[in-house]
Amino acid sequence: MTTEPTVPSTGTVVMPVKPFPAHSRWKLGLWATVRTIGMIATTLLGLLLVTFLIGRVMPIDPVVAVVGERASKALYEATRLEMGLDKPVIVQFALYLGDVLQGDFGISRLNARPVLEDIIRVFPATLELATLGTLFGVLIGVPLGIVAAVRRDTWVDQVARVVALVGYSMPIFWLGLIGLLVFYGMLGWVGGPGRVGIFYVDVVPTITGMILVDSALEGRWDVFRDALSHIVLPAALLGYFSLAYISRMTRSFMLEQLNAEYVTTARVKGLSEWEVVWKHAFRNIRVPLLTVIVLSYAGLLEGSVLTEIIFAWPGIGSYITTALLSADMNAVLGGTVVVGLVFVCLNVFADLMNSVLDPRAG
Amino acid sequence: MTAANTSGESGLLRWLTTDTPESRMQARAASFYQGWLGLRANRLAMVGLCILGALGIVALFAPLLAPHDPFAQNLGNRLQPPGSEGHLLGTDSLGRDILSRLIHGSRITFYIVALVALIAPLAGLLIGTVAGYLGGWTDTILMRLTDIFLAFPRLVLALAFVAALGAGIENAVLAIALTAWPPYARIARAETLTIRSSDYISAVKLQGAGSLRIITRHIWPLCAASLIVRVTLDMAGIILAAAGLGFLGLGARPPSPEWGAMIAEGRRFILDHWWVATMPGLAIFIISLAFNLLGDGLRDLLDPKSSRT
Repeated sequence: MTTEPTVPSTGTVVMPVKPFPAHSRWKLGLWATVRTIGMIATTLLGLLLVTFLIGRVMPIDPVVAVVGERASKALYEATRLEMGLDKPVIVQFALYLGDVLQGDFGISRLNARPVLEDIIRVFPATLELATLGTLFGVLIGVPLGIVAAVRRDTWVDQVARVVALVGYSMPIFWLGLIGLLVFYGMLGWVGGPGRVGIFYVDVVPTITGMILVDSALEGRWDVFRDALSHIVLPAALLGYFSLAYISRMTRSFMLEQLNAEYVTTARVKGLSEWEVVWKHAFRNIRVPLLTVIVLSYAGLLEGSVLTEIIFAWPGIGSYITTALLSADMNAVLGGTVVVGLVFVCLNVFADLMNSVLDPRAG
Repeated sequence: MTAANTSGESGLLRWLTTDTPESRMQARAASFYQGWLGLRANRLAMVGLCILGALGIVALFAPLLAPHDPFAQNLGNRLQPPGSEGHLLGTDSLGRDILSRLIHGSRITFYIVALVALIAPLAGLLIGTVAGYLGGWTDTILMRLTDIFLAFPRLVLALAFVAALGAGIENAVLAIALTAWPPYARIARAETLTIRSSDYISAVKLQGAGSLRIITRHIWPLCAASLIVRVTLDMAGIILAAAGLGFLGLGARPPSPEWGAMIAEGRRFILDHWWVATMPGLAIFIISLAFNLLGDGLRDLLDPKSSRT
């Protein structure tokens, strides 16, 4: 990637003055972009191939699924041809690919609507939940991890360790049930399952699909309060799981910095501990920390499946599971592709962010 | 490790702690003993190990330990609270003894964990070592595949797999294993790359060993340690995933006392009869915690880089 040393006619080798001339740096950037796009494309292609294959191995005859058990032989054959099932598998995959690229995930068997429409309808609910959950995780997890690192091996560190270990070991759906039992059933502090109470259903028109945002935009603070009381428990629950991860990562990033020599220098200079931690050490963990947060956000988008079921939250997790239990394969695969897409993009985004913000990682 | 447990006599102890082992077996036993000493110093890891040992015994002798038949229904005695006559943890909606069901359910949990912990690392080991040893195009293709699987949402993919294959324990195992192998492949490849260029591999090669022999006899044994640590750390995740699938009705089928499925059953009565769903959840939590504690200890022991300085 460096320019070759030029050899003039005199025979002496003249090294280029700048190690990276402008045009080659530009080429480097272009190459990185091409590589990234290639990476995303192969991963997405792989994802689609896997979902396509899942659709193939399923023991349900897709034609029977459409025409029903009692269809005539002629209708069955016609539908089979129409669905392209007589073609070689590779052609079928190409057709599937073409459909998906156009946003066509087929028709849901459950409600006979296009799967994409359904997904667009339910996705904001998941997004709202995961965003609030990540917010919880970051606001508590980052300070907890930093304190645990600074006060290493004290009781604070032990508490942080136990909090994280319990988070890693707890079945989320069970914790959700217990949370409902205690905070809704016994104490009555929060709203029950669902996004809003029964009197507030469909009161606010859908703008973004996120009910907290929509009710705030409409100025319906009564709806906002009610929605908040419903979302706070599942979001806190998801937040706990992201807290466990974020606090551990923060702690280990921070420990690495605190053991570095520049921190000793800063202390020797007489800086206060506050300045050492926040002005020096924390600045250096911001980039990897951001990456971790993005990754945990992606994890929550996926991990909300079980939480959504416990809390009757009408998001993508509930959608996929409902479709699953009624063998609505188009909806299952469509949902999987969309979740996978977001997941992959966030992963790549985290990678990119790391290499853009941290010059050493390039 | 079992030898170390009974090291009361000094002869055995001397045999284990000698600086000059006389056989390969002795050397191996000695290094196990050193590891055991290190692990024993980690109190939390020992707690985890003890819990797992106890649960293992419970699972092994389930029919003897369970006070009742886990499937015996008694509708006259349904939804009894914990501590009631003859039912330490109460009864469920069909009058079945919850404690007995939990005890029998531990077998299913161990069964699932053992199968996944066998399939996924072996698949990863195979792919990782082959990619790392052969290099070139094989490496590129296998590792791209690994990266693709690594970028997938695991739970959702497992759900889709089970949906396609049909519900059941074996399919749940397969689905979890299919989404769990990529990290092992990564680890195995990294280990292989460092081993590949070492002198003893060249020596074996000069003796005429083929790729297959080198990979299976000389590379696999050296990858084992790091894979075992990773498996122990992943156990809790496997248990939680299996319980999640069971909870959704995609794992073990209803009469079976699988813990996740038991929570799903108890969910309907959670507000009035809290114990039906709470007890199996506690069981899942305890076994996951035990695996996490042990895994943390093992990692500190076998991977000095990540341990606390």
